[in-house]
Amino acid sequence: MPRASSLKARFTWNSAYERLIRGLLFGCALVSVFTTASIIYVLLYESVLWLPGHVPFFGKVSVVEFFTSTQWTPQYEGNKHFGVLPLICGTLLTTVTAGLIGLPMGLASAVYLSEYASPRARAILKPTLELLAGIPSIVYGCFALFFVTPVLLRPVLMGWLGLTVNGYNALSGGIVVGIMIMPMVASLSEDVLRAVPKSLREAGYALGATKYDVSAKIIVPSALSGIIAAFLLALSRAIGETMAFAIASGNRPRLTLNPLLEIQTMTTFIVNMMKGDTPVGSIEYQSLYAVALMLFLITLTMNYISQLILRRYREAYQ
Amino acid sequence: MSQSQELFAAKLAWRHRTVWLFAAVCRLATWASLLFLAVIIVAIVWQAWPRLTWGFLTRFDSYRPEMAGMLPGILGSFWLLTFTAVMCVPIGIGAAIYLEEYARPSRFTRFIQLNISNLAGVPSIVFGILGFTAFVRMFGMPQSKIVLSLGFTDWRIPLPFGRSVLAGAMTLSLLCLPVVIIASQEALRSVPASLRHAALALGATKWQTISRQVLPAAMPGILTGVILALSRALGETAPLAVLGAATFITFAPGRLNSASDVAQHPERLLNVPFDQFTAMPLQIYNWVNEQTRDFQLHVSAAGIVVLLVILVLMNGTAILIRQHFQRKIRW
Amino acid sequence: MTMSTARSAATSPNLPPPVLGAAAQASPDNAHRKVKIQTTNLAFFYGTHQALQNINLKINERSVTALIGPSGCGKSTYLRSLNRMNDIIEGTRVTGEVLLDGEDIYARDVDVVELRKRVGMVFQKSTPFPKSIFDNIAFGPRIAGVRNMAILTPLVEQCLKQAALWNEVKDRLKDSALALSGGQQQRLCIARALATNPDVLLMDEPASALDPGSTARIEDLIFELKQNYTIVIVTHNMQQAARVSEHTAFFCQGRLVEVGSTKQLFTTPKEKETEDYITGRFG
Repeated sequence: MPRASSLKARFTWNSAYERLIRGLLFGCALVSVFTTASIIYVLLYESVLWLPGHVPFFGKVSVVEFFTSTQWTPQYEGNKHFGVLPLICGTLLTTVTAGLIGLPMGLASAVYLSEYASPRARAILKPTLELLAGIPSIVYGCFALFFVTPVLLRPVLMGWLGLTVNGYNALSGGIVVGIMIMPMVASLSEDVLRAVPKSLREAGYALGATKYDVSAKIIVPSALSGIIAAFLLALSRAIGETMAFAIASGNRPRLTLNPLLEIQTMTTFIVNMMKGDTPVGSIEYQSLYAVALMLFLITLTMNYISQLILRRYREAYQ
Repeated sequence: MSQSQELFAAKLAWRHRTVWLFAAVCRLATWASLLFLAVIIVAIVWQAWPRLTWGFLTRFDSYRPEMAGMLPGILGSFWLLTFTAVMCVPIGIGAAIYLEEYARPSRFTRFIQLNISNLAGVPSIVFGILGFTAFVRMFGMPQSKIVLSLGFTDWRIPLPFGRSVLAGAMTLSLLCLPVVIIASQEALRSVPASLRHAALALGATKWQTISRQVLPAAMPGILTGVILALSRALGETAPLAVLGAATFITFAPGRLNSASDVAQHPERLLNVPFDQFTAMPLQIYNWVNEQTRDFQLHVSAAGIVVLLVILVLMNGTAILIRQHFQRKIRW
Repeated sequence: MTMSTARSAATSPNLPPPVLGAAAQASPDNAHRKVKIQTTNLAFFYGTHQALQNINLKINERSVTALIGPSGCGKSTYLRSLNRMNDIIEGTRVTGEVLLDGEDIYARDVDVVELRKRVGMVFQKSTPFPKSIFDNIAFGPRIAGVRNMAILTPLVEQCLKQAALWNEVKDRLKDSALALSGGQQQRLCIARALATNPDVLLMDEPASALDPGSTARIEDLIFELKQNYTIVIVTHNMQQAARVSEHTAFFCQGRLVEVGSTKQLFTTPKEKETEDYITGRFG
């Protein structure tokens, strides 16, 4: 093979090609940053950005009214109210229900999978959880509307207890979203539990602790911050969930804490308004962006905090 | 026996009961997932049964439940996923390669990384709003058209893209991007450093090392991640609903309804990205919102069964790829 | 910046170098040997930790130089600084000079890729690519742009023969390299390094993970290869250093304690530390 007598770098097409590739790859990495920037710009433009000839949502509706008024009626001509509280209330109801079901069950599954399960049980349960996590939310929505409400909730709560259960209600949506986030909690928490050093377990057993003592009093507390991070991620997922609630929980914004009634969440409001032909630039069109901005900020904050916690957790156990 | 020993012995029985109860609760919670899965599937197949016919797959949508079919949704989803994959996979893998192989640990790199994990947690409906504003309306730019003369036909590109396959695919691409990047990064990280060192020590340049050794070794992991991301995109409803993708549609994108249409009018392929579309989950959503009970219950459930079968096929492929290569390469 | 020196015809890779007489091999301190690699005041830092201090070492052409010393003494770091493999690690810094044929390899305008083609490396753990045996050997030439099978086929055969692996694999060149035994894999890696036509071979404990039989074959191979190549080998095994090398350098805590002919260093070490180490009093 011919060989240059010097090690000196010369201009070659090869090195120019290397630089080009590096530039292209850097461009790919920038796409994600650009996406975030566009999301923020798009949401801010219609909700708070005041430009000549362009009045944003919060220029037409005061922030105080937005956060204190108890009515959300963007579609009623002549009687429009933009108080986001009912939507927040609906989101809170469904998210709390989902959390009450998904978080404890997910954590219990994580403990079972990491501390108890035999390899054979794991071989069945892990794919099951993956499948549950892979089912589209629209399927969960249909399941809630056509099974959970009529087959489970109505016979029990209405038939036996005599409570009023709407055909669309927060509870059924919350239950199925709880099932939906359970695999996420389980797999995130299991990773966190597995990161707890073996030495801690052995130290516990050496002191005469039972498996329950070790799991519930040593491992879970040592992994607590990681578990909280997993919970935050799962809850933010429930807050951002759209289709299950759109199908099962209805479209009536209302300020209530009764989960058996039809409600509207922030996400279902957005999807319902967008389905119809809302005139671009109108106040109700802009209210979409204001609600989406809130949704974005809430989920972003939760994700960010959870990532900070997780990073610190990993550093602590490495 | 001393008093403390007695106390310990008495407590031991109680402690063992707690142990048993705790284990039982954990076991129950976990196995419940299997129960949920079974109930969901049985309930849906049960409801779908009357409408699950071969014709359901090959017919177009109809106002009559017994004549409703899923073909436009299946073809729409097919094109949507194809364009999504074409846009999202190269960019996602490229970003992952940059972050894993090139980027030096700096503030900016950490920022990109944090940004990607945050983006993965952004609700899909927010992506829908971004897609509607940036691709469907293009920030309110006036209607216009680019016409490219290709000799055999003119290629008309409408601007803004409107409620088209392309706008939908671009939105889904952004949605999938963080998932593809994170999965690819993990796959690249699992390639042992010794492989890179060996190639570099032989005088390979950085890109030669990556393209000839690292990337092929990471490919099974990347492919698995890509398929999982695409199967998630297949079930996504909210962003497409927000885009305002057409609700009731009786044709497939580009008016290409069958393979013979493609053979007879290949030039229509050019229109596919700019045509209106519906997708499988959108059709299901619309059926659920129909007034008649037959649509609500049975047709929508039949649609779900079709969607789930396709999802299972995609996930099964991912698992097969993973197992096939795991057996082949051992480090 | 150092100017590159003209290379003598004898080092030209296309001509087989003259076979040295047994007498020349027996007396490694021969003055007529050219210096291949010269290290002057080389210091190396991982972040703030200094891993090498002021290393001054000359490595003769077409000879085997062994680097010995306790774990963490810097011998591997030194070896990897000779083909700049340390560049891959973040936050490392080098001061001083490493001259390869009189040319500073740490000069600003050096093409690292070109350097690594000329200074091949074999690692402690064999690192076959998950490809066929043929593709493994052909990797180096291929990335350099050689596509012609009429050149590649004989080249692969020649490299496998040089690495004493040809007879064992000639019937299964298309098989995966991962199917070879550990010792065969390591010889494959040596053959692969030869295919880029280097003048220097760096070996980082090439036999430490192998059984005695395979180790012996690698040692025989090193003995063969030194007729054409300059070999620098890091080893934990002092018997191995004594068997294969002409010069030995003893490293301790980032310093080069002593260097000399292998015979002298093992029989009459000048430094107390060296003596302690080779007589097994520490390390």
